[in-house]
Amino acid sequence: MDINTIKTQFPIFKNKINGKPLIYLDNANSSQKPKSVIDRLSKFYSKEFSNIGRSVHSLAVTATNRFEETRDLMREYINAKSREEIIFTKNATEAINLVASTYGDKFINSGDEILITELEHHANYVPWHFLRKKKGAVIKFAKSNDKGEVDIDEIKKLITNKTKIISITHLSNVTGFIMPVKKIVDLAREKKIPVLVDGCQGAPHLKIDMQELGCDFYAISCHKMYGPTGVGVLYAKKKWLDVLPPYQGGGGMIEEVKKDNITFPGSPTKFEAGTLQTAEVVGFSESIKFINDIGIKNIMEHEKEILEYGLEEIRKNNSVNIIGNPKNRGSIISFTIKGIHPHDIATILDEDGVAIRAGHHCCQILHEKMGISASARASLGIYNTKDDIDVLSDAIKKCNKIFNT
Amino acid sequence: MDIKELYQEIVLDHGKNPRNKNKCKDFNKDAKGHNPLCGDKVHVYAKLDKEKKVEDISFEGEGCAISIASASIMTEVIKGKEFNVAKKILEHFLNMLKEGSKISINSLSENENTTMMSLSGVKRFPMRVKCATLAWHTFLHAAEDSKKTVNTEK
Repeated sequence: MDINTIKTQFPIFKNKINGKPLIYLDNANSSQKPKSVIDRLSKFYSKEFSNIGRSVHSLAVTATNRFEETRDLMREYINAKSREEIIFTKNATEAINLVASTYGDKFINSGDEILITELEHHANYVPWHFLRKKKGAVIKFAKSNDKGEVDIDEIKKLITNKTKIISITHLSNVTGFIMPVKKIVDLAREKKIPVLVDGCQGAPHLKIDMQELGCDFYAISCHKMYGPTGVGVLYAKKKWLDVLPPYQGGGGMIEEVKKDNITFPGSPTKFEAGTLQTAEVVGFSESIKFINDIGIKNIMEHEKEILEYGLEEIRKNNSVNIIGNPKNRGSIISFTIKGIHPHDIATILDEDGVAIRAGHHCCQILHEKMGISASARASLGIYNTKDDIDVLSDAIKKCNKIFNT
Repeated sequence: MDIKELYQEIVLDHGKNPRNKNKCKDFNKDAKGHNPLCGDKVHVYAKLDKEKKVEDISFEGEGCAISIASASIMTEVIKGKEFNVAKKILEHFLNMLKEGSKISINSLSENENTTMMSLSGVKRFPMRVKCATLAWHTFLHAAEDSKKTVNTEK
């Protein structure tokens, strides 16, 4: 596998940032797009566009077929049992909100408990907070340790007869910790508690197999998988599809509409109200093909090599403190530099074309626990190389120089 | 343009050794400011006398070098000024960051002028302008008795 050849498939790298080659290390935030995805969007709008699922003219039929092909590709990619289990949303946030809203409405009542962890992104906390406000539910946080991991015992000890759902990240977007999802699912199954996995960082960097993981719900952010913005996927196990009520109401998600009653079709239609992000979903099919062509195992291997090199190089700088040291870690290095605020780091790095994220990364709970308000984060994608890490290390040294630390 | 034009010596000095970073004695005005996007927080305290002269001013808070330096510089420049003059200084400061205009206020000493101008490099970094203006807006809120927290995103 030649990374430089893969990198040439991404037009963005032809551009200079502040006169320097772009070193893109903000992949946990969003990934860049290969030419095949960009071209697919353009081709769809130029030659195939129509709204889907409604009209009977030729364009509508083609567009519908292309759209539904992505569903089939996604089903295969995550090894779901049936295509009905793949629901398109506008993003992973909406996928989690869909579950919090529909499952919450039906199954969560006052005093019931929602179990999440201190590592969660706001997208896997705020929707549950709404439910807490609306229904009087209780949110319990499984503690993270100083390595930035969540020990499975911390989850185990919080499970009670009132636990109605366990909602956890697959891969922490701050510490890079990879959650033992399967073990947690096994634990939850004993008590018949459904498990939702926030797979935003999992899906682009890990092999995800729904039969192997066994979770009930899995939320995916397609723009982090080299796909267009505006597309998310919710995997929901078949057993929930008929049980859960529709999410939003509108066109497309109805069966029959009468003045005194409305009936709804099955999944995925009943969860996909209104005109969907047709072109983006079609474009996303090229992202899945792009990943499949390289092979997720190769991606994992490559990113592991760069991650380990990155950790080793950055650790050489004594002023840098890497956040968390999880044993099982993926694609993310968050750090602070003594005496330099993360926003100043990000600005100085940007001058050298190095794009990182600075802030709380939508994880205020975790940052507060660590006693910091913000951190800097370098996060990897398939196109990153050891050279990128070298430029990053040099740019960090430049921060030290400017701030005399 | 070099990154050092943003991080000038004066800015770095104020960032590392902020002046008036405390809760000043007998303050009669105060307000909080928050930038939820990056987490910068500032609390400005001021003591205005009957003639609305800024007898004392200080701040507490956390944030990047630009936001801390800017708060520190603000307290140094504004202390002892009439409120109307302080408002004018604020206006000139904001114009410098937004339009790159020079600061020309008679009641500012040459030294004060130079200190404020050290933040002129921020103009080229639109994402950082809010860092530099937060404390100043917060001071205005405090002086005008606004009970609301300054929020850069509202």
